[in-house]
Amino acid sequence: MKRSRQFLLSAFIVATLMFAACSGEPPPPEYGPNPTLPENQRGLLPRMVVANPAEWGDRRPTVPQGYTITAIATGLRIPRQTLVLPNGDILVAEGRGGNAPSLKPKDVIAGYIKSKGTTSVASGNRLTLLRDADGDGAYELQTVFAENLNAPYGLALVDDKLYVANQDALVRFDYRDGQTQAGGAPVKVTDLPSEINHHWTKAMTASANGRFLYVGIGSNSNITERGMTAEVDRAVIWQIDAETGMHKPYATGVRNPTALAIHPGTDQLWAVVNERDELGPNLVPDYLTSIREGGFYGWPYSYWGQNVDSRVMPQDPEKAAAAITPDYSLGSHVAALGLDFSVPEMGAQFAEGVFVGEHGSWNRSEPVGYKVVFVPFRNGRPAGDPVDFVAGFLGEDGKTRGRPVGVTVDPRGALIVADDLSNTIWRVTPNP
Amino acid sequence: MASIVDRVRPGAIHPFHAAMLAGTVPLFLGALLSDYAYSTNYQIQWSNFASWLIAGALVFGAIALVCAVIDLFHADRRDGRAIVYTIVLLATWVLGFINALIHAKDAWAMMPAGLVLSIIVAVLACVATWIGFSGLRAGGPR
Repeated sequence: MKRSRQFLLSAFIVATLMFAACSGEPPPPEYGPNPTLPENQRGLLPRMVVANPAEWGDRRPTVPQGYTITAIATGLRIPRQTLVLPNGDILVAEGRGGNAPSLKPKDVIAGYIKSKGTTSVASGNRLTLLRDADGDGAYELQTVFAENLNAPYGLALVDDKLYVANQDALVRFDYRDGQTQAGGAPVKVTDLPSEINHHWTKAMTASANGRFLYVGIGSNSNITERGMTAEVDRAVIWQIDAETGMHKPYATGVRNPTALAIHPGTDQLWAVVNERDELGPNLVPDYLTSIREGGFYGWPYSYWGQNVDSRVMPQDPEKAAAAITPDYSLGSHVAALGLDFSVPEMGAQFAEGVFVGEHGSWNRSEPVGYKVVFVPFRNGRPAGDPVDFVAGFLGEDGKTRGRPVGVTVDPRGALIVADDLSNTIWRVTPNP
Repeated sequence: MASIVDRVRPGAIHPFHAAMLAGTVPLFLGALLSDYAYSTNYQIQWSNFASWLIAGALVFGAIALVCAVIDLFHADRRDGRAIVYTIVLLATWVLGFINALIHAKDAWAMMPAGLVLSIIVAVLACVATWIGFSGLRAGGPR
């Protein structure tokens, strides 16, 4: 009986879908702890507006009054995440990963369209070191620290060990202060799930005491369209013992945890997570959240807590009912890829909170993201709306000149932003 | 012998046209069966199969449609049957294309609309092929 009603309904759905595809501009995205979630919707075609790349020329990203932005490195090979070393040197992880095959005609077409909005430079698969020896703000040394890596992304330094999360393994270099080149090939700490690698980035941070490494492992699909068997060990954050490589899932149901950071005051793990697409312009919010040990965050069964995603079959109502609602919406489709906690040296207005690098949307008629925002914190929790910190990546002329990825706070008072479209490292400093 | 093939009777379609038309039936039918399999066991590979089968059917169907429209411009081949055939084939193709877009939705989002459309399109493809080929029967084979 239910089946036959579904059949009747579907004929109606087919007709209405064609009109749904022609609806007007979406309302702006919602931020904060309690975003309004509209009904999910998708026309016959997903809304796709990808970046239209252009050169920077004389232009620069815009920063707040009282701040200066400079390009400290150019000509890189797809910079993603950065790490500021104790002596002030900066390490840049460069590369492009993933080897997900096209399964449907849609994958071929959408893959081609999306590739127009990214760089065509070959994957660096290396770490580049930048050094400003005289402290004048110009990083005069730009040299390869390590190469022949496999799409490195997450970086962490614990004492004299430099950890690098490749797309297929966590590896370790010995590091001593002032080194400009790795002493040799890295040692593998543990393999990381890498089959298909639809979401290939392996974000990483170290626990406050340095005993554990947390590694984000994204899902192998948007919403299980590669089958449930492809999702074993995916959409999880692993806790890895830095000494032994032993690991366990620390949190699950996190669709694509693209950056991790430890809150300095509380030692709490925080993450930015990219949520699912093709449910409409204001679904599903990408989010910033504290990560609870053993917590389940919904993917794929539900989103933003317990909102069931009917695209997943068979469903799991028990899992959906147990899903944790994230702490803070960054807005749907912004594609948050960078996260770091600020320091007082960044200036009074930006002293307490997080910087978030937003790569920018593809699944929205009005693009969002394409900037670095600052989310203020109070008492270890987000408090207030996000503030633009670095913008102008998407110009008013509709051209995209850069796309922010990793953001790293230099404790001496600077924000390092990796831009994987113009292959540049930007440095934002408060004016003296 | 080739000259026999070229002198097509009124209402009969060219063998190349016939081959293209015939290709739509097994492909749309295969898509329907794949959709049915996906709807019962949730194995995603069946929906991948359905997507490619529909894409293939649309290629064959588009060529057959072009042939049908060209035939309409030949007075000796344009009769009521040819016009009805072209309309049914056009409907098959348009709904088939919409079905391809619905199959491009991720995972279960293509259901149930995808399965329903696959049934309609498979039936329409059979009807179009039946009408298209019925011209071959008039007077029997030469």
